[in-house]
Amino acid sequence: MSSIAATQVPDEAAAPVRLIDERGAHVGEHPLPPVAALVAGYRGLLLARRLNEQAGALVRQGRLAVYPSSRGQEACQVACAQVLAEGDWLFPTYRDTAAVAARGVDPVEVLTMLRGDWHCGYDPVAHRVAPQATPLATQLLHAVGVAHAARLNGEDTVVMALCGDGATSEGDFHEACNFAAVFRAPVVFFVQNNKYAISVPLARQSVAPSLAAKAVGYGMPGVLVDGNDFAALTVVLGEAVARARAGGGPTLVEADTYRMDAHTNADDAARYRTDDEVAGWVQRDPLTRLRTHLAETGALDEEREAEFAAAAEEMAAHVRAGLGAETPVDPEELFAHVYATPTPQLAEQRAALRAELDYEEA
Amino acid sequence: MPPAKMTMAQAINTALRDAMTADDQVVVFGEDVGQLGGVFRVTDGLHRDFGEARCFDTPLAESGIVGLAVGMAMNGMRPVVEMQFDAFAYPAFEQIASHVAKLGNRTRGRLRLPMVIRIPYAGGIGGVEHHCDSSEAYYAHTPGLTVVTPATNADAYGLLRAAIDSPDPVVFLEPKKRYFAKEEVDVAEAVPPIGRAIVRKPGRDATLIAYGPSVPVALAAAEQAATEGRDLGVVDLRSIVPFDDDTVCAEVRRTGRAVVIAEAPGFASVASEIAARVSERCFHHLEAPVRRVTGFDVPYPAPKLEHHFLPGTDRILDAVDTLQWQDSWEVTA
Repeated sequence: MSSIAATQVPDEAAAPVRLIDERGAHVGEHPLPPVAALVAGYRGLLLARRLNEQAGALVRQGRLAVYPSSRGQEACQVACAQVLAEGDWLFPTYRDTAAVAARGVDPVEVLTMLRGDWHCGYDPVAHRVAPQATPLATQLLHAVGVAHAARLNGEDTVVMALCGDGATSEGDFHEACNFAAVFRAPVVFFVQNNKYAISVPLARQSVAPSLAAKAVGYGMPGVLVDGNDFAALTVVLGEAVARARAGGGPTLVEADTYRMDAHTNADDAARYRTDDEVAGWVQRDPLTRLRTHLAETGALDEEREAEFAAAAEEMAAHVRAGLGAETPVDPEELFAHVYATPTPQLAEQRAALRAELDYEEA
Repeated sequence: MPPAKMTMAQAINTALRDAMTADDQVVVFGEDVGQLGGVFRVTDGLHRDFGEARCFDTPLAESGIVGLAVGMAMNGMRPVVEMQFDAFAYPAFEQIASHVAKLGNRTRGRLRLPMVIRIPYAGGIGGVEHHCDSSEAYYAHTPGLTVVTPATNADAYGLLRAAIDSPDPVVFLEPKKRYFAKEEVDVAEAVPPIGRAIVRKPGRDATLIAYGPSVPVALAAAEQAATEGRDLGVVDLRSIVPFDDDTVCAEVRRTGRAVVIAEAPGFASVASEIAARVSERCFHHLEAPVRRVTGFDVPYPAPKLEHHFLPGTDRILDAVDTLQWQDSWEVTA
């Protein structure tokens, strides 16, 4: 007798949304975004790639403590920032340096957190970019809170909340998705599935048909998109933002992508993945794909390419200059911002440190 | 409004109501705080009177509740959340320790979090396990959090108003044993500033230092001691962080003897911190080592055992008796 409780789980995920294939050809029936947007996006990808390379170099020079590279994920990084309006919020993780820069924050400020001066590096309110979060998935709830408050106050703000595949295993991921769905909060959850949480592969993270499929359980739309296809990302994330702004509630978007570098410079990726696997993803490089498409359609010529390359070099030089300079730190800042008004205990400790410093200087 | 008799639950309810009336960015949410009015009825009527946007039930998820409050505070609101019971707040601890406490510091003060986390805490109500923890040390140990706990209904009103007005996040610990005790409250009285202890009863012979649910116990012990010829003072901290060294130490220097009383297990506790601070600052005024009377270092016990665990008047008076009194005549003289 067959079981009446046979579980029906789809054994195959839907194919990711894709508009430009690996050879640069427009595929499917959905129209591409305007050429100007794709060209601007390509410029953004070049800047993001250059930022990843420059930051890696600065780690090797000892200028940055660490750098979690998003090489290979640049299309995700640029697209998620590009689809937001000025008043919207971006909630990045530690790997989303390029997204924060794409949002308009000076890359020197973004990298300040990794230089060791202070924990944020930029003005989150002025830029509407939350501090980059290190504890996984925790910031997704803050994103829902900002969105819920915006809704209660009648603002049409949308919040883009970023995380990786590993973060989807955390309780806060679940709580954030569930809260957002229940409150119909204007949030886009954007999971960059780069296949590894440090060394642990996706298969150990989840056996769901896809991470986007998890949306079903929360009662929100879930979309799987080719994370190396800038055009598809722009369309999918743009639609999700528009839905949120129109009061349609949250969306879960999963980008199928790959982290081409190791987790950070402290990680030895050769211990858990093969060169062949990485080489396969190099063939799917988001920059190459968009460049091929734009070159073949005549939207990009050598002059434009040179102009963009120069902009990327200029940005890199700015980053080198900014992070190469020795910046003084103020020891008393240890106590300055813990509370709006320092407690008597902190005031005492501050005075004690001041006395120590005065003694050393004398 | 003239002074009125009310319970601590009503005093807190009045504080929430008054704060919500004064500032439309004050919102109250948590589990069961809406229609039901909270399991202790602390939020009674707020949903009805202020509407779904201002007082609402959330899905059952403590980390979610605190995380949502972080985001709402980031966007200019003043959330007041309820954790229902002390031990139920532990799933939210990562949010509290990693984000609530640190965001102001991480952003050099650019993003302050004016939010209040209300936690009914401590025991003495015959509750089942996970409903009676004294969790103040976890919060007090986390820089960036303000931690307060009222012992009287007037303070419950005033401290909560101050907590909601504070630009910093406040962990507001409500001694649930006191929820239904009636006292006169004059809400028009000045709001007690956070960070100030108060001398509940001056004393000549020794100082009992207590907070929250232990304050009435300390007062009862002082009353008992008076019949035996000892004049004990009682200091109520009201605020654990910031800690009021001045008031506490002024009293101890006067009496030369101190006993710290708290329900929480004593090891690595707030009581330990107070004893250490008093010893460091009042050493030459002390006639005896500072004593601690706390809960045992065991998980909060089952209801039939909790009276063995909780510091009561006898245990306090026994500790007072060990404060190296030279001669009994000196005490009674």
